[in-house]
Amino acid sequence: MNPLETTPDKARPVVAEAIRTEGLARSFGDLLAVDHLDLSIPTGSIFGLLGPNGAGKTTTIKMLTTLLEPTSGHATVAGFDVQRQPREVRRAIGYVPQLLSVDGTLTGRENLIVFARLYSVPRQERIRRIEQALEMIGLTDAADTLVKRYSGGMIRRLEIAQAILHRPTVLFLDEPTVGLDPVARRAVWDHVKELQTSFGATILLTTHYMEEAEMLCDQVAIMHQGKVVALGSPDQLKSEADEAETLDDAFVFFAGSSIDTGGTYRDTARTRRTARRLG
Amino acid sequence: MTPQGHDARPAALADAHQSTRDGALLRGVQACRDFVKQVLIIAWIETRKIKRDPTELVTRAIQPILWLCIFGVVMNRARAIPTGSLSYLDFMVPGILSQSVLFIAIFYGIALIWERDLGLLHKFLVSPAYRGALVTGKAISAGLRAMSQAIIVSLLGLLMGAHLNFSPVAIMGMLLFIVLGAAIFSTFSLVIACIVKTRERFMGIGQVLTMPLFFASNAIYPLSLMPAWLKLVARINPLTYQVDALRTLMIRGGQSSMGISLDLGVELLVLIGLIMLGSWMYPKAIR
Ligand SMILES: Nc1ncnc2c1ncn2[C@@H]1O[C@H](COP(=O)(O)OP(=O)(O)OP(=O)(O)O)[C@@H](O)[C@H]1O
Ligand SMILES: [Mg+2]
Repeated sequence: MNPLETTPDKARPVVAEAIRTEGLARSFGDLLAVDHLDLSIPTGSIFGLLGPNGAGKTTTIKMLTTLLEPTSGHATVAGFDVQRQPREVRRAIGYVPQLLSVDGTLTGRENLIVFARLYSVPRQERIRRIEQALEMIGLTDAADTLVKRYSGGMIRRLEIAQAILHRPTVLFLDEPTVGLDPVARRAVWDHVKELQTSFGATILLTTHYMEEAEMLCDQVAIMHQGKVVALGSPDQLKSEADEAETLDDAFVFFAGSSIDTGGTYRDTARTRRTARRLG
Repeated sequence: MTPQGHDARPAALADAHQSTRDGALLRGVQACRDFVKQVLIIAWIETRKIKRDPTELVTRAIQPILWLCIFGVVMNRARAIPTGSLSYLDFMVPGILSQSVLFIAIFYGIALIWERDLGLLHKFLVSPAYRGALVTGKAISAGLRAMSQAIIVSLLGLLMGAHLNFSPVAIMGMLLFIVLGAAIFSTFSLVIACIVKTRERFMGIGQVLTMPLFFASNAIYPLSLMPAWLKLVARINPLTYQVDALRTLMIRGGQSSMGISLDLGVELLVLIGLIMLGSWMYPKAIR
């Protein structure tokens, strides 16, 4: 045995599939929130999970980010098993939750410092990366302002910066633009694209906005009641759905009328709350 | 990775055994350092918050002031409670300090629910930080917040004529026990928050818990006055040990009825137990 091979140091395996799930499922009581999901997401791509409220998007992300135990099935992220190697998974991923993930009582810079340190980014590197991140998201001037005075767009940008300080290979963005105005939304899109090109990160994002999926995603899966009902590039989905004009039409085709699927009271309350906080 | 030459292999095998053991040791040391660093980061967040919102520290001072100035003054005059060689005021100051530390700490879990509702908790739990470090960091944070009470209650006690001990050792010891006490009750509170999960239920339970913890202790009367069953409850109440230690350290002529090393031992054991429990429950707070 080569002793050098026994140091499993943070060397991240290069894998062709950044995310792979096999029969991944999660139930809450009687409700099967995620119903045996089989996904394979190639490294370096942007993958969109679309679906109405309550489709199971967030639950899927929570399982992939080690927050929630699957009821059955397997998943690997960046080559690590989410149940057996959660610490390795956590080191390899970045996550922007659907809710808020920055502390309003700290400044933007302090929020970044906390996470750079929790991820053990070395000191010199930390300072450099924080400055670089602030510049990239255009918050250099607001860096020392308390985050509770930020606008929704600024908060989202800060959250994205916070999630990439440790250079994750896989990034999870749960509804990155919900509640943002069109200008702020476009800024977030630009950043997401940039992350893919400059860091080569694989990105899994969820959204309700079809144009967002069309703009950003190499591949999309439409989820409905815990199942993937359609999978392909945005163009493929449009042509499969009776030559639908827009992805919106394709969505309605696959997910049924989106009006009567709208999720529970709790889903609605939560979505509205998120939108209000950010908006 | 550099491939080893063919004839270097047997030697490499031999030290591989040694080096995995050294490696395990090194990883252990590294893990401890990471743990401590992570605890300090969480506590650092709290120092920022305290600095920005000092008004909270002032409002927290009101309750101990009322207890000392009204209850303390009346009872001191009435001499209704036998407190041995100490005046009732001297007896009571450490008790009221412990009480205000308890009140700060016992509602600390509400911050967890708040962070969960916002989404901050998700973000911390997705980081590679040790769960234990996150929980310990929160415990120390509560300790930092509670320290302000030491200053307020000591000053007030002094003004009222309590015989306080200002030797450096006594002060250091007092701060240590305040941090310990706050850490214990805030972690207890965190465990409760993980169980009840909503703010409303938590507030209800917090109210229900504080009074028994306070009255079933030696904070404002000695254990010797209690009926046997209550004495037993007080004996398993960590607050009793905190009060006993503070009374020994803060007051000139104060004597421990249980022994300060027992106080320290009990407090440390309870804290470690609660932190282990809290670290296990913390990730379950996510819904
Ligand atoms: N902790 C929980 N306990 C019980 N049910 C839950 C829990 N979390 C989610 N659910 C239910 O699981 C289903 C899927 O929820 P999930 O949050 O994954 O949906 P989503 O696709 O992210 O929806 P949205 O677009 O509203 O964010 C919903 O019906 C939701 O009510
Ligand atoms: Mg969701």
